[in-house]
Amino acid sequence: MAREIIDRRLAGRNKSIGNRERFLRRYKEQIRDAVRRAINERVIRDIERAEDIAIPRKDISEPQFQHGQGGARDIVHPGNTEYLRGDRIARPYNGPVRGGSEASDSGSGEDVFAFTLTKEEFMQLFFEDLALPHLLRTHIGDNPQWQSYRAGFTQNGTPNSLSVIRSMRGALGRRIAVGRGARLALEEARTRLRALEQPDGVGQQDPALVLALQEEIRRQKERLHRIPYLDPMDMRFRNRVRVPVPTSKAVMFCLMDVSGSMDQLRKDLAKRFFILLYLFLTRQYDKTDIVFIRHHTQAQEVDEESFFHSTETGGTVVSSALVLMKQIILDRYPSSEWNIYGAQASDGDNFSNDSSRCRDLLADSILPLVRYFAYVQVVEFEQNLWTEYQSLAAEHPNFALRKATSADQIYPVFRNLFRKQGVSPWD
Amino acid sequence: MGLNAPLPVPVRAPIPLSADSDWTFELIDRYHDVIRQAAERFGLDTYPNQLEIISSEQMMDAYSSAGMPVNYRHWSYGKEFIATEKRYRRGYMGLAYELVINANPCISYLMEENTTVMQALVIAHAAYGHNSFFKGNYLFRMWTDASSIIDYLVYARNYVAECEERHGLEAVETLLDSCHALANFGVDRYRRSSRRTLAQEMAEREAREAHAQQQINELWRTMPTRERRSESSPASYRFPSEPQENLLYFFEKNAPLLEPWQREVIRIVRKVAQYFYPQRQTQVMNEGWATFWHYQLLNSLYDEGHLGDGAMLEWMTTHTDVICQPPVGHPAYAGINPYALGFAMYTDLRRICERPSKEDRAWFPDIAGAPWLPTLDHAMRNYKDESFIGQFLSPRLMREMRMFAVLDDERQSELEVTAIHDTAGYQRLRQSLSHQYDLGSREPNIQIWIVNLRGDRTLTLRHTQYRNRPLAESATEVLRHVARLWGFGVTLESVDGAGAVTRSWTVGAPA
Repeated sequence: MAREIIDRRLAGRNKSIGNRERFLRRYKEQIRDAVRRAINERVIRDIERAEDIAIPRKDISEPQFQHGQGGARDIVHPGNTEYLRGDRIARPYNGPVRGGSEASDSGSGEDVFAFTLTKEEFMQLFFEDLALPHLLRTHIGDNPQWQSYRAGFTQNGTPNSLSVIRSMRGALGRRIAVGRGARLALEEARTRLRALEQPDGVGQQDPALVLALQEEIRRQKERLHRIPYLDPMDMRFRNRVRVPVPTSKAVMFCLMDVSGSMDQLRKDLAKRFFILLYLFLTRQYDKTDIVFIRHHTQAQEVDEESFFHSTETGGTVVSSALVLMKQIILDRYPSSEWNIYGAQASDGDNFSNDSSRCRDLLADSILPLVRYFAYVQVVEFEQNLWTEYQSLAAEHPNFALRKATSADQIYPVFRNLFRKQGVSPWD
Repeated sequence: MGLNAPLPVPVRAPIPLSADSDWTFELIDRYHDVIRQAAERFGLDTYPNQLEIISSEQMMDAYSSAGMPVNYRHWSYGKEFIATEKRYRRGYMGLAYELVINANPCISYLMEENTTVMQALVIAHAAYGHNSFFKGNYLFRMWTDASSIIDYLVYARNYVAECEERHGLEAVETLLDSCHALANFGVDRYRRSSRRTLAQEMAEREAREAHAQQQINELWRTMPTRERRSESSPASYRFPSEPQENLLYFFEKNAPLLEPWQREVIRIVRKVAQYFYPQRQTQVMNEGWATFWHYQLLNSLYDEGHLGDGAMLEWMTTHTDVICQPPVGHPAYAGINPYALGFAMYTDLRRICERPSKEDRAWFPDIAGAPWLPTLDHAMRNYKDESFIGQFLSPRLMREMRMFAVLDDERQSELEVTAIHDTAGYQRLRQSLSHQYDLGSREPNIQIWIVNLRGDRTLTLRHTQYRNRPLAESATEVLRHVARLWGFGVTLESVDGAGAVTRSWTVGAPA
C-alpha cells in the first residue's frame, strides 16, 4: 500500500517562479514607479530590504464578459429572521443585498494589488540603468580573466569537440586522392575485358588473357577496398584558444564632511547618499575598492564601520580630504591601471580661504586623474565652496555637482549623477 | 458500487490509531487502509488513489496554476501566486487543507503541515469523496478525460514554452490574455468530442493545422473562382450559417489571420476550459458529496474503534468551520456556502430515505423510505447543481436554513422579498436557488452572430439579455481581445427579450 503515498516535498519547489517573473516583467513600469515612491519614504538603515509594492488593481484585472448591475434577478439568502413575503427592503447603497463587506484580499483596500518584492528584485530595479561613468576596461592584471574563442580546426582534440563534417569532408577527399591509381587501372582492365568479351573479339581465342584481366580487376577492387573509410589523419577538432581580456579595476573615494556645522539632518543626508553609493557599487561591480575618507579640520582614512557610524567632529578644512585623496591615489592607485572615482558630500561651510585651494587641488591634481567626481551639497545656501566648484564644473566634463536638501531628493540626485550614458532618466 | 446498504462493520478495533499530531508515513498508510475499507463497505466507486505529500509552498504553486500540478506559464498565474502567498504569509487565509486532481489515478495532495487527524480528514474528503464524484458524475464522465489530462497539460506546457521561444514572450502572452478573457466562452455545452489519447492528439495536430489553413484560404479567397456562389443572391449567404456559442472554437477554426501555432494555443486554452467546465457546474454537489463522505467515513471509523475521542473532536472542529453558514447580514456572510448547502442536502436526502415525514412523502414519493445508499448514488451521478437543487431541496431544509428570495429589479426602487420558507414559497425558493446555480443564467449569453463577408469582415457578436440584465463595463475591454483574435473589427450588440438592440459596442480592427 505504501506505493500509494508519494513524498513530493523535495521535488519542484518554486514551480511558480516563471510565472512570477512574467508577472514582474509585465508590470515593470508600475512596479518601478512604486519602487521609486517607496525609496523616498525609507529610513537610512533599511534600504536593503524587501519592499511592499502596491499597484492599481484595475491595471492587472483580467476582463471577462459578466453581468453588470441592473435588470432583474432573484437572489436566495439564508438566515431570514424578519422578512415576510411581499416585504420591501431599501436598496443598499452599493447595489443588491450584500451581507457585510466583501473580503478584501490585499489588506489595503480593494483598489490596489499589493505584494512584496524580494530584496534581490528590489535592488535590481533600484539600480537598474545606473552605471559608473566613463569606466574603461584597460588593464590586464595579475590574475586576468580569460575568454575562450573559436580558432579554426586542429588535428588533435577531445571527442566532444570533434567536427564531424570537417572530418568526413577530409576523409572523402583522401579516399578520392588515394584511390585514383587503383580506379584508373580498374577502369582500364574493365574496358579491355569488355572488348575481349565482344562476340567478334579475340577473347574466345585467349582465355588466359581474360583470366588475367579478371584477376587484375579483382586485385584493383581489393586495393580500393583497403583504403580506410575514415583514417585518424582525417580527424578534425574544433579549436578554441583562451585570450586574456582586460578587466576594469575601479576605486571609489567617498569624502564626507563631519565638521561641527554638519548637524544631525545634514549628516543623515550625506550618509544616505553614501549608503546608496555603497550598495550600488557592491551590488553592481564585483571588484571595486572603496576608500572612506572623513574630515573636519583633518582628514582621516577610516573603515566602513566608523565612516557610517562614528560621531567624531570638529571645524572644517575641506581641502584636507582632497589632499589625503591625492596622496592615496599616488600611493596605491596608479591612474593608468585604475578607474578612479570620487564622491564628496558636505554642507559647503568651509574655512573661508580654503575653498579656492580646494578648487585648485581638484583642477590641477585630482580631476586629471579621475574618471568622474561628484559633489553633493546637503544645504540650499550657497557658500564660496559651491561657487568655486561651480566654475570648475563649467570647465571639466567629469565633474558634477548637485544639491540635495531633503531626504526625498537623495534618490533623484543619486540617479541623476550615476545614470547610464544614453539612457533617459525616469526622474 | 451498487450496494443497497452498507456492509456490516467488522470486529471493533481494540485500540484507536495514534492521533499524535506529527504524522508518519506508516500512520498515514494505516489511516488510509481503514478509510479505504470503510469506503468499500459503503460501496464508493473510485479511481485508484495516489496520495502526495507536499509543502505549503508547493500547495500555493498548485493553487495558483488553476489547481493543476503542471500548467503552461502565464503572468496571471504569477499574480495568483503572489496574492495567495501574501494572504497566507500574513495569516489572512489558511491554505486549503487539500487539493485533489480529477485524474486517473486520482491525485490528492496532503500538506506536510497538517496533523495526523487532518491527513485522515483529507484522505476521506478528497481521495474517497471527490474521487468517487469525479468517477461517477455524468458531467465528468462526459466532458473530462481523467486518464489523459496530466499528459495533455504537460504537452500544453511544452508547446507554449516552444512558442514563447520561437515567437517571443510578448506575442504568446497577448494571445493567452485574449484567450483567457474568453475562456468561459470556449466550451461546448452540448456536444462531446471524441476521446483522444495524447498520441492521437499530437498526430492530428499537424493535419489539422494544414487543413484549417486551407479552409480559411477557401473562405477568404479574393479571386472569384466559384461562379455559382457569386451568382446566388449574396444576401442569403450568411456566415456562420447558425449562431455559434463556442467563441474560441469559432476563432480557432475561422479567424483568417491567425498562424497555425496561434490556433493551437487557442485550442489548448479551450481544452483546459472544457476540462474545468463540469467543476464549475457541480460546486455544491461536489463539495457537498466530499464533505458528506468524510463525515460518514470518519464517524464509521469511530464506531469501529479506530478513532479516539480526541481525534474526533479535532476533525469535527474543522468540519464545523467548513460547513459554517453565516446568516445574511452577518459580517462574514458572502453568499451561500457550497459546502454547507451540499452537505446539508445529502444529509437531508439520507434522512428523507430513512425517516421520511408526511411532508417528505408528499414531496418526494419516489425516494421517501427508499434505501439511502442507492438514492444518494443516483443523485450524485445524474445531476448538476442546478438540477440537483431543483430536484432535491426539501421544504424542511429551506426551513432549517431559513431561506428567503429577494427580487432585485432595477425598475423598482426597492428590493422585494418574493418568497420565504412557507408553503406558498417553497416552490419559488427552490426554483430561484436552482437558477442561481445555472451557468446559463450566471454568465451572459453571447454568441457569434454574423460576419460581414463582403465588406470589411466585421464580426458581430450578439448578447441576448437574460431578464434585462446588462453587460458589465468590462465588455469593451474583452471586445478588444475578441478583435485581436478575429483580426478585424468587432461589434457587440445587446438584445433584449423583444429582440431590440439595447446597446452596442464596437471595436476597430487591431493595429
